[in-house]
Amino acid sequence: MIFGLEFPPIENLVEWPNLFGPTDSWYGFNKIALINLVALVGTSVLFLVAGRQKTLEPATNAPKGSRNLVESAVAFIRDGIITETIGPEGLRYLPFLASLFFFILITNIFEVIPFFHMPGNARMAGPAVLALLTWVYFIAVGIKHQGLKYFWNSVAPPGVPKALLPLVVPIELLSTFIVRPFSLAVRLFANMLAGHILLVTFTVLCITLWGASLLLAVLPFSFLMLVGLTGFEIMVAFLQAYIFTILASVYIGSSMHAEH
Amino acid sequence: MSILAQATTAAEAALTAADQKSISAAGYAGLAYGLATLGPGIGIGYLVGQSVQAMARQPEAAGMVRTTMFLGIAFTEALALIGFVVFILLKFV
Repeated sequence: MIFGLEFPPIENLVEWPNLFGPTDSWYGFNKIALINLVALVGTSVLFLVAGRQKTLEPATNAPKGSRNLVESAVAFIRDGIITETIGPEGLRYLPFLASLFFFILITNIFEVIPFFHMPGNARMAGPAVLALLTWVYFIAVGIKHQGLKYFWNSVAPPGVPKALLPLVVPIELLSTFIVRPFSLAVRLFANMLAGHILLVTFTVLCITLWGASLLLAVLPFSFLMLVGLTGFEIMVAFLQAYIFTILASVYIGSSMHAEH
Repeated sequence: MSILAQATTAAEAALTAADQKSISAAGYAGLAYGLATLGPGIGIGYLVGQSVQAMARQPEAAGMVRTTMFLGIAFTEALALIGFVVFILLKFV
């Protein structure tokens, strides 16, 4: 009860009942799982359909339809992310980074899609798995390129005096192998949860004010705020996918060569 | 006055220790988030300002500056977001 208005409990924010299956069972399937499944199947189908489309635009010889969309998106990841951070030798990691980008983008964009209105990454489990995957991936790339010396190279940057090593090694160990995956996961999770809370706050305010008599005057402002924030959240959904991918790319690039 | 004081102590006695703890945690939750925004706010402002200056001085380097700017924002923002997670943990857990 605030100003005589009644609001639903806070637990309704991110907890969803199972669509089928009892609670706490391993096969329970709720909205988050549905969003993740849609993101997975949707991305795969989009890429398969785009790959099968062979006809070109007759006048300009450019790809058309879904292939045009997918090609420009992949070119964005290639030119905007990989060549800027790793360089041309990073192109072999394009498939991993592209699938990361598309999966995060589609799960995020469900924040503003009607009847879903829930970003799939606003529960910690999704971002945590993605960050763990990136963690395993950049360590594997490091071992592949530098052998077991990778671990020593990444915790002791060259040029550091020997006397400083006891100080530098724990800090670098912490920042490379613990803070990196933690901050990746928390960044994505907290951004999406914050956006979701913002949107829910203004939606609930709009619904609640509809029944209020005197406070009805506040309703237009609340509604305009909601419309503006929806646009803002579309931008955030894209930006978070971009930032996650670019950071994964930077981490992979830094484990390909020893710092010098 | 004494009646009021008695009523307050009775109400406090009715609260369990866990309730009291969650009330004080909720009070500090806002403070935690507010403090966590200060540093990153200054940092991101400075970072973006300098990037805009760099882009204005050297428009041909704008792409590279923009990528680096987003990287810097992502690293700086992490502190504010950890503050936000602490807020959630204090408030709701």
